[in-house]
Amino acid sequence: MTKVTTTLTFLLAFFTLNPAYAASAQLQLKPVDIDLSDKASLQRGARTFMNYCLTCHSASYMRYNRMGRDLGLTDEQVKDSLMFASEKVGETMTIAMRPDDAKKWFGSIPPDLSVISRARGADWLYSYFQTFYIDNKKVMGTNNSTLKNVAMPHVLWQDQGYLQKGTNGDLTRLSDGELTKDEYDEMARDLVNFLAYIGEPSKIQRLALGKWVLIYLALFFFVAYPLKKVIWEDVTK
Amino acid sequence: MRLIEWIDARFPATKFVKAHLSEYYAPRNFNFWYYFGFLALIILILQIVTGIFLTMHYKPDTALAFASVEYIMRDVPWGWLIRYLHSTGASAFFVVIYLHMFRGILYGSYKEPRELVWIFGMLIYLTLMAEAFMGYLLPWGQMSFWGAQVIISLFGAIPYIGEGLALWIRGDFVVADATLNRFFAFHVIALPLVLLALVVAHITALHEVGSNNPDGVDIKKTKDEQGIPLDGIAFHPYYSSKDLVGLIVFLFIFSLILFYMPEFGGWFLEKDNFIPANPLQTPEHIVPLWYFTPFYAILRAVPDKLFGVMAMGGAIVVLFLIPWLDRSPVRSIRYRGPLFRIALSVFTISFLALGYLGTQPATGLYTSLAQFFSVLYFSFFILMPIYTSLDKDQPVPERVTGK
Repeated sequence: MTKVTTTLTFLLAFFTLNPAYAASAQLQLKPVDIDLSDKASLQRGARTFMNYCLTCHSASYMRYNRMGRDLGLTDEQVKDSLMFASEKVGETMTIAMRPDDAKKWFGSIPPDLSVISRARGADWLYSYFQTFYIDNKKVMGTNNSTLKNVAMPHVLWQDQGYLQKGTNGDLTRLSDGELTKDEYDEMARDLVNFLAYIGEPSKIQRLALGKWVLIYLALFFFVAYPLKKVIWEDVTK
Repeated sequence: MRLIEWIDARFPATKFVKAHLSEYYAPRNFNFWYYFGFLALIILILQIVTGIFLTMHYKPDTALAFASVEYIMRDVPWGWLIRYLHSTGASAFFVVIYLHMFRGILYGSYKEPRELVWIFGMLIYLTLMAEAFMGYLLPWGQMSFWGAQVIISLFGAIPYIGEGLALWIRGDFVVADATLNRFFAFHVIALPLVLLALVVAHITALHEVGSNNPDGVDIKKTKDEQGIPLDGIAFHPYYSSKDLVGLIVFLFIFSLILFYMPEFGGWFLEKDNFIPANPLQTPEHIVPLWYFTPFYAILRAVPDKLFGVMAMGGAIVVLFLIPWLDRSPVRSIRYRGPLFRIALSVFTISFLALGYLGTQPATGLYTSLAQFFSVLYFSFFILMPIYTSLDKDQPVPERVTGK
């Protein structure tokens, strides 16, 4: 039995070691809590997303009505307050900007954001929204220390204001935005929460179903194990 | 039971059930390690069934593949469950197969008369690797694309025919639509057929010679008047009921992963694979999935590309040869001498270490370590004829012991 335990410990250690390719080691990410059951947060995030992101970025695997159902909104509510780019609630979140034009205007095509949270991770996204700073060497006038030399400008500047980068690399406030720091943090958190949601909308069903499957298997075990015991009674030890 | 008599007169239904289940006598002392063959069979069925449903919605086209997977994850009813069953199942398959193979080495299950059981098993393992490799291209993410690009380019290292061979495999100068389409064909029909045929051969060979056990005792030597081994019990109902318990425990762990961490921290679904394949942008680290990393580490440990490829291939070929490299008359590690125990421990540590190193960048210390463990890996096989003949084995009991 000790041999089995040793082997399992080895295997466990092997599997739980973090893959090195998850993120660059040097990058200090700001942790953020994701809570898909916080519908108010998801709704606020959705509003930010529709107003700021969904002009250059698409989320072309995500349907409006699916979002409405999961966020506790009726089709009418979705249509009236969150749909600016499409006609029907059954459509996916596409944009009018053509990739060729985007390439011409920004130098690169803004990526589709459907699964960006799964590619980057929530902490990365949260840090990204927190680390835009003034950089006059860039065409857009801003740079980002989470994603260096990103072509995207600081879209949320009105809310956050501008940061500047000191010689030691720290970001400090240069000008105030309309929101306080706490309010902006909340805005960024809601947006990341929403991005995490559209990354895997079925996660809500997944977590809801998971516990029932585990309960079922646990109950099944307490039937199957005694059954095995009874059948094995006559096997001489 | 008139119906079963009617059938039996025309088709050996009862005979088949008796031969493989109710009158197949397995040793009564199977332990923890003996669940994994059965579990592998269950996962094979799971992969085939979920694969069929995925095929109904997946599109093997470079312009549509990535989106069709997301379509399955979002718009297909229960699509997310089917996809996660399939992706988690793929990794679970290798976990189970590796433990199953390790069991074979622990208890000498490859030894006479079970050499063909081992060979068929190794062919299953080889086919499974091809199946997993080709399946991983289908989501058409960055890792799908670049993983395939790197692995297929390895064929280019073969002198004279290499480049032509790589081109022939891809059907294009880079991994492209032609590659995706043919990998789809191999993944969903060609290799599964081969797998099923090999599994039938594996089990047929096993049931011909009978199962080994943790004591390595030949239970067919001591039989009762009816010719039933004294230490044998019928697979059904004894092991069917025991395996059911094992299956539930397995499914519990499997479900924990599937429902609460389907990416398994990037080990089962890599982050970069949520970025659509982009032939113009090479990812920072190209890392194969965890089940290939020991062999990937061996490949990168060798400075020369051709010799690296040969070493990687050799690492798998030597596994085929174990039945003939092992000179000890004793099967089970329980009655083996210290040399084999040490060798197997070193081998196990080396394999796991190589698996870890395969996920790390091939630089400096990591490369040196990979070289060190590669040498240990091969030593286990190359030195096997020597240490197994010199080893001080203990006497093997006549009958199986309790547990």
